[in-house]
Amino acid sequence: MVTDLSIELAGIKLKNPVMAASGTFGYGKEYSEFCDLNQIGAIVTKSITLKPKEGNPPPRIAETPSGILNAIGLQSDGVEKFIAKALPFLEKFDVPVIASIAGGSKEEFAELAKILSKSKRIAGLELNISCPNVKKGGMLFGCDPDAAAEVTKAARKATKLPLIVKLSPNVTDITLIAKAVEKAGADALSLINTLLGMAIDINTKKPKLGNITGGLSGPAIRPIAIRMVWQTAQAVKIPIVGMGGIMTAEDAIEFFLAGASAVQVGTGNFVDPKCIIKIIEGLYKAGPDLLTRGDF
Amino acid sequence: MSSKWRGTQAAKGTVCKTVIRRFESAPRLIPGQFVTIRCGTGTEPLLRRPFAVHRVNREEKSFEILYEIKGEGTRFLSQYEEADDLDILGPLGNGFKIDLNIKNAILVAGGIGIAPLTFLAEELVKEKINVTLILGSKTKLDIPLSAIGYKLLICTEDGSEGTKGLATDLLNEFVRAQNFAPLQIYACGPKAMLKAVAQITNCQVSLEEIMACGVGACLGCAVKTKDGYKMVCKDGPVFNSEDIIW
Repeated sequence: MVTDLSIELAGIKLKNPVMAASGTFGYGKEYSEFCDLNQIGAIVTKSITLKPKEGNPPPRIAETPSGILNAIGLQSDGVEKFIAKALPFLEKFDVPVIASIAGGSKEEFAELAKILSKSKRIAGLELNISCPNVKKGGMLFGCDPDAAAEVTKAARKATKLPLIVKLSPNVTDITLIAKAVEKAGADALSLINTLLGMAIDINTKKPKLGNITGGLSGPAIRPIAIRMVWQTAQAVKIPIVGMGGIMTAEDAIEFFLAGASAVQVGTGNFVDPKCIIKIIEGLYKAGPDLLTRGDF
Repeated sequence: MSSKWRGTQAAKGTVCKTVIRRFESAPRLIPGQFVTIRCGTGTEPLLRRPFAVHRVNREEKSFEILYEIKGEGTRFLSQYEEADDLDILGPLGNGFKIDLNIKNAILVAGGIGIAPLTFLAEELVKEKINVTLILGSKTKLDIPLSAIGYKLLICTEDGSEGTKGLATDLLNEFVRAQNFAPLQIYACGPKAMLKAVAQITNCQVSLEEIMACGVGACLGCAVKTKDGYKMVCKDGPVFNSEDIIW
């Protein structure tokens, strides 16, 4: 018997519900030597900005207990270069490409959505309103229900592509933001982005990151992500893409039980470039029964 | 599986060597490239650790890494004298460029920065290039070195081994003694030393930065260059010293 794990998420057909998370998988090419892109449910690109963006001063990475702090700062070559240079490589692969976009204003989000809608290779958009490492835009949008709704509305008007809105965990009540963007026209939600954190080197007495603060990811944040997916699943009707420290098929199943319809793997890619493939294989073995929401 | 254990755990700061056997890509490795190794099976430490290739045996498909014990990752690895069952990713990055027309080369190593330069020295010797390797450190290093076919000059800041002084002092003398004859110059070591070397002469430097993915995806290991931020893992780790904003 062949197990079918395919799903349709916000109108995007996926072979299986496991995607590569934004910012951890480049534009696919970087990992293509180590992992068969055709097997992945979908690739969410590194966040694309309208104009080239330099990113934050190094160090940009610090390891913490079972996690990583990062402050990359949305380094990007800009949307034009993405379309001209990065996107053509993905033509030869049979995998949906979801473009993560990050604007400094709602107008920029709309502009990005409009430009990317012209490309047939893009299956959907993920609005990054939750990056903790930039001064303008980023998490500021994701921490306020009205601002989050405004950005979603602006993007909604600019495109017919499925819209996934990526939420920040750095809020008191994530369900308020979730409900606001659902009402504003989001087709799905992805959560969680990184948690704002900080680490200090006691020998140099300086912060470990050039940006001082950064976003925490990895297994350390998984219980928080599970809790937020579970809370949000009860508050909205649109599907949820869960993420936060998924390293194994068992971790992914925990998210499905919490109410996620699909999952994304981020930090796991750094630890093992075949992490996503192994998770997918594990889910095929587990079967669809375990990929449903728990009764609690 | 035939991993050989060292047995006892070495202290922080100890220099260790591990031989990686049965690595299919070993014949493809070039000096300056690195591999990343998963140092454990759980989530502590989480990230893979990058290691420069120290020496290669292409026929036996094996290579060596030389490293200083700094934390949990290197401590885990130090337990292996030989290993063939580790999770290794590589070859990664761009190696040193060798100009076959320039018959003299000088390599400047700061401490454990000797690791990739040993491999480079051996490859240069194979190409019939005269090699002088300067190894500088604060104090006497307990590193098992065997310079075959090239000259090894050792200096320490406290004079406990070799000449007393800095590697850059020896480099200065050497460059002057060459009387402007063409030279290939390579350096690897602490950033302060690399900066000092770059001030003396243009050269190829191998840089180090904390990295997450090792394949150019996460944009974590950024280094500032005249052409904006470049990634140590994918654009480097070898750069031209004049391109770096020190």
